[in-house]
Amino acid sequence: MPDNASALDLVLMGDPALFAIVRLALIVSLSAVLAAAVVGVPLGAAIALSSFRGRDAVIVLLNAMMGLPPVVIGLLVYLALSRAGPLGSWGILFTPQAMVIAQTILVTPIIAALARQTIEDLWVEYRDELTAMEVGPARRIATLVWDARFSLITALLAGFGRAAAEVGAVIIVGGNIDGFTRTMTTAIALETSKGNLPLAIGLGMVLITIVIAVNALAWMVRRTAERQAG
Amino acid sequence: MTIRRLLIGLFIALALAGGATAQDRSILVASTTSTQDSGLFGYLLPLFKAKTGIEVKVVALGTGQALDTARRGDADVVFVHAKPEEEKFLAEGFGVKRYPVMYNDFVLIGPRSDPAGVAKSKDIVEALRTLKAKEQSFISRGDRSGTHLAELKLWKDAGIDIEGDKGAWYKAIGQGMGAALNTAAASDSYVLADRGTWLSFKNKGDLAIVVQGDKRLFNQYGVMLVSPAKHPHVKKDLGQQFVDWLVSPEGQRAIAGYKIGGEQLFFPNAEDPNA
Amino acid sequence: MICFEEVTIAAGSGTLLDALSLSIGAGAPTVLIGPNGAGKTSLLRAAMGLLEPTRGRIAWDGEPRRAIVFQRPVMLRRSAAANIRFAQVGADRTTELLALVGLAHAADRPARRLSAGEQQRLALARALARDPAVLFLDEPTASLDPASTKAIEDVIRRVSGRIKVVLSTHDLGEARRLAGDVVLLHRGKVVEAAAASCFFDSPRTDEARKFIAGELLV
Repeated sequence: MPDNASALDLVLMGDPALFAIVRLALIVSLSAVLAAAVVGVPLGAAIALSSFRGRDAVIVLLNAMMGLPPVVIGLLVYLALSRAGPLGSWGILFTPQAMVIAQTILVTPIIAALARQTIEDLWVEYRDELTAMEVGPARRIATLVWDARFSLITALLAGFGRAAAEVGAVIIVGGNIDGFTRTMTTAIALETSKGNLPLAIGLGMVLITIVIAVNALAWMVRRTAERQAG
Repeated sequence: MTIRRLLIGLFIALALAGGATAQDRSILVASTTSTQDSGLFGYLLPLFKAKTGIEVKVVALGTGQALDTARRGDADVVFVHAKPEEEKFLAEGFGVKRYPVMYNDFVLIGPRSDPAGVAKSKDIVEALRTLKAKEQSFISRGDRSGTHLAELKLWKDAGIDIEGDKGAWYKAIGQGMGAALNTAAASDSYVLADRGTWLSFKNKGDLAIVVQGDKRLFNQYGVMLVSPAKHPHVKKDLGQQFVDWLVSPEGQRAIAGYKIGGEQLFFPNAEDPNA
Repeated sequence: MICFEEVTIAAGSGTLLDALSLSIGAGAPTVLIGPNGAGKTSLLRAAMGLLEPTRGRIAWDGEPRRAIVFQRPVMLRRSAAANIRFAQVGADRTTELLALVGLAHAADRPARRLSAGEQQRLALARALARDPAVLFLDEPTASLDPASTKAIEDVIRRVSGRIKVVLSTHDLGEARRLAGDVVLLHRGKVVEAAAASCFFDSPRTDEARKFIAGELLV
């Protein structure tokens, strides 16, 4: 990425390094949100529908984990994936895969906690009908999740926002390697440390624009789908 | 319907666009932030790849962290500038052999107005004594990096136990060279920097070089292949090719060829037996 | 078919059913009437197993399949036909049921967009899709216009040959139209239970007389 260009120049010129960074940021964060949703939505729904001793404590803990410090998670994943660590034989430290793993860990509590709240609210409404129709637990979860799908999209967007914005985890487990594990946020950190503040701010604007675009896209999808499904 | 198609298309395009990285012909080099920030790798690595087809991935950390990363086996090659620590690394059996590669120098940076009045001196140790006596605001990297270790050695040479005897004027920020320079620029402080990072730094503000040229500011770089005996998965053939290239006449010429604003940053000295 | 034996259901706000004893037999529809808070809804929910008796028990003759249409039914966020299919019936039966309740034209419309009357009919179709032996309905026509009311009552009449229907209502006219047996509830107890003609032509209790006359019960 040429140092003297502004971020706008890079966008207009179609600078390949900038494109690679944006592409990696999207792939890593979107993959993490997807994985986190696969784990977090059923988990949140199961907790919403369950009753057991210590349920309140579990919910408090889940909510608290929404605020897990990214840099701490990054460090723990780093130690786990290091060759000297338990999962070293996987050999994926300093790769995008490690970044996805770290971000999935960060995002899952957010999606699970928000899903739990959403599903629990819906359960209040649906409880009588589903019980009267003798719907089993697995089918209950599936039905509530499907009917809550629009609110759950918001939960996914919250997770995406968190993933796209964080730098602490991805820089530790990814190593910010030029052309390989450099994302928008890690590039911004690097340009800042090089004193290249205008470029850093410009990249920040690009990142914000992308996040807004993702949200706008989700909004359009939601609007069209809601119109169809009532 | 069209929106769904758009989304799927976008996702596929993202996933496919750009080639897959050639995992097999690549090595991981643990190096320092100051080397990366100087822009040297951006210049050197494409030359190496053009010659050998080997992709060099650089993880830039502080020297201490880079060596620890190599100790854990998370890198194939380590390229830092702290000879005592490198020799310790070798003695512990983590490295195969240390090759000197190049040197640059440190410079003392401070406000252009030089409130401490050290610019007249060509003696770094004198300058540091003055800074302490006058309690001038000083930024230290404080991160066990090569630069930080060099700074500590200079305080020691000045007869000052800086760790035990510092005041509020000495600020250890625990971050890289760029962050230290940013902080110094924002607070009119003095800071020890490597010339490479200084020359390519974009936020100089009111700072300037106040002391340079003292032999004690000499900064030697060494490269080592991580020992396959300790870490069998290390890519020893590809890694050794990189090491060999750095110290080869071609690599040394390339290093000398890297300039910022016409000024050479690094001076190759692989031939020097004392380096 | 169902026997309530001295069933008491206590809830935080008070007693919903108070040592209530009632026997509901097969055949023509049983209609529950009574003032608000008398226990009609609680009785129906208890019969569906949604409320547990605090004392007493509810005995069943066999364990017949039951279904219920709630006072304010909840539609799933999908089409009308999909709501019926949710009760695990095939496409053919779904079409049949939609036709039965007069909603064939709305099969693919989002269920939540249907009018109140349409949603009530859909809920009825969905309950019938479960192929129940006993069908409970909680004030099914309470907030509906005359046309929708007639539609619902027609369906009830159609199915009451094969299915035992138990419903509650505020509409004495409806009770007369539909009932085989009438049960008057007040304060969680059964005040009077009799065949419809007996109940309306010659009520035995004072409360029944007052209620039929439209007077307030205390």
